Amino acid sequence: MTDKFVSIEGIAKRYPGAGGATTTVFENLWLSMARGEFACVIGHSGCGKTTVLNILAGLDAPSEGAVIVDGQAISGTSLDRAVIFQSHALLPWRTVLGNVAYAVSSKWRRWDRAKVRAHAQEFIDLVGLSGSEHKRPSELSGGMKQRVGIARALSITPKMMLMDEPFSALDALTRGTLQDEVRRICLETGQTAFMITHDVDEAIYLADKIFLMTNGPGAVLAEVVENPLPRDRGRTDLHRHPLYYALRNHIIDFLVTRSKTFTTETPGHDPRNVPLVQIGKPGLTVAAASDEPRQTWMPGSSPGLSA
Amino acid sequence: MSTSLRLRAGLVSIVLLAAFLGIWHLATRSAAPVTTMSPEYAKLMGLTATQGKSAMPGPLDVGAKLWEHLKRPFYDNGPNDKGLGIQLGYSIARVGTGYLLAVLVAIPLGFLIGMSPLLSKALDPFIQVLKPISPLAWMPLALYTIKDSSISAIFVIFICSIWPMLLNTVFGVASVRKEWINVARTLEVGTVRRAFTVILPAAAPTILTGMRISIGIAWLVIVAAEMLVGGTGIGYFVWNEWNNLSITNVIIAILLIGVVGMLLDQILARFTRMVTFPE
Repeated sequence: MTDKFVSIEGIAKRYPGAGGATTTVFENLWLSMARGEFACVIGHSGCGKTTVLNILAGLDAPSEGAVIVDGQAISGTSLDRAVIFQSHALLPWRTVLGNVAYAVSSKWRRWDRAKVRAHAQEFIDLVGLSGSEHKRPSELSGGMKQRVGIARALSITPKMMLMDEPFSALDALTRGTLQDEVRRICLETGQTAFMITHDVDEAIYLADKIFLMTNGPGAVLAEVVENPLPRDRGRTDLHRHPLYYALRNHIIDFLVTRSKTFTTETPGHDPRNVPLVQIGKPGLTVAAASDEPRQTWMPGSSPGLSA
Repeated sequence: MSTSLRLRAGLVSIVLLAAFLGIWHLATRSAAPVTTMSPEYAKLMGLTATQGKSAMPGPLDVGAKLWEHLKRPFYDNGPNDKGLGIQLGYSIARVGTGYLLAVLVAIPLGFLIGMSPLLSKALDPFIQVLKPISPLAWMPLALYTIKDSSISAIFVIFICSIWPMLLNTVFGVASVRKEWINVARTLEVGTVRRAFTVILPAAAPTILTGMRISIGIAWLVIVAAEMLVGGTGIGYFVWNEWNNLSITNVIIAILLIGVVGMLLDQILARFTRMVTFPE
């Protein structure tokens, strides 16, 4: 196994249900990520994706198990793990600069005002908001607000970024540009990122690894799909890659049918050894229920794998 | 469009005012039949009976008297004859003191209660019982324990303005958006800094709304309280002028109470706007 920068070890989340019963959202969940990796989690609503992210962020505590980040078990929130919230969560009484500076001054408490401002400005420039520093969130469009959220998360130079459907509230065009930005920034800074999404194409474009979760309650991590597309993939020619549709079909098949039936059809599923699906590498592919589309979509050459 | 609407609304307001003053003038001008009576008896009965003139002053009488008051607002001819400015000053000072004391207690206490579910539940029955008590019901108790009528009036203002502020602060603090709290948590912001940088600004509009309700109630109560404790203040002035049977002065006092109350409300409304930010 390669180095495990993030290791989720056997976590469970249970809530007290009606009549003394407990509802188990998920249990015995194991998951790991390498440093600099971009991972996306896909699954239907209610499978506990957000709970996993909140546990990783330290906002929520698991009922069982532990999470280890960079060799240390986490307890509570940390400035090492920045969160980009779905609803951007900007403080409306602060300006753009004020929102980012709030994060900066929280991390470096002894910095003087000028230094905090300069550092915050750097990240506002990075997300392309130069000139809007003194606007308040209410004066910004949805996409700009989320850019501020990204700048705020990046400004504390975290060890990893956690994103809970950060682009789901945006229109398609804005979402596209922001995906480009996030991808560029993550590649440039070698950021480790964990992102929840409902958008299959977003996952294919951004992620190195895609975690597929079955439906809750009692959700399990069913498969880890490795993204076969080259690292320098572009948004415009993504769908031309020979393995694109194989990958996409695999994920969609999972979401449409297998996410419901996975638990009953795969009784021997070992949550500690989740099958790694490598599309385009038949020898390594773990046999799954519906493999046909993948076979048909596998042409002889796979230029993506060489990159 | 909005300017023209404002203009038309202003016009309608002026027309309504003019109509009101006109009706008032006509209603008080009318002469009732004069009954003949002996001169001694007529002296006792006053103008109402002898000349058929209404005791209710007309708008012109009130206007003239108001002008007189406005020219000399701060004269002091002894305990029963002080300028309206002095009387209003006493009332505003009492309201201000009691209200400020209430702010100093209600906002920190509301913060604590709002942040602690335990305190919130534990103190709830007390607040629920104390809140509906008419502030004037405290007056005898205050007079007995404090033994000073002026401070008792301040206490009554304090006790009546504390509840809306306290409850609004509790509500504002307890209902700060979870995600803002989460932002502070992920940034490892300490409790004190979180209280001042996230919870206070987020709850400020709600707190100020409570303060605005409180100042309104305090101004309502001061008139009644001063009627009871006497001595100085606009409430005492109203009662004193009623005893003097000067309806003109009573009407002027009513008008001024309304104007000052509106100004106090507007000041708080402005503060509320200053701390309210749309998302």
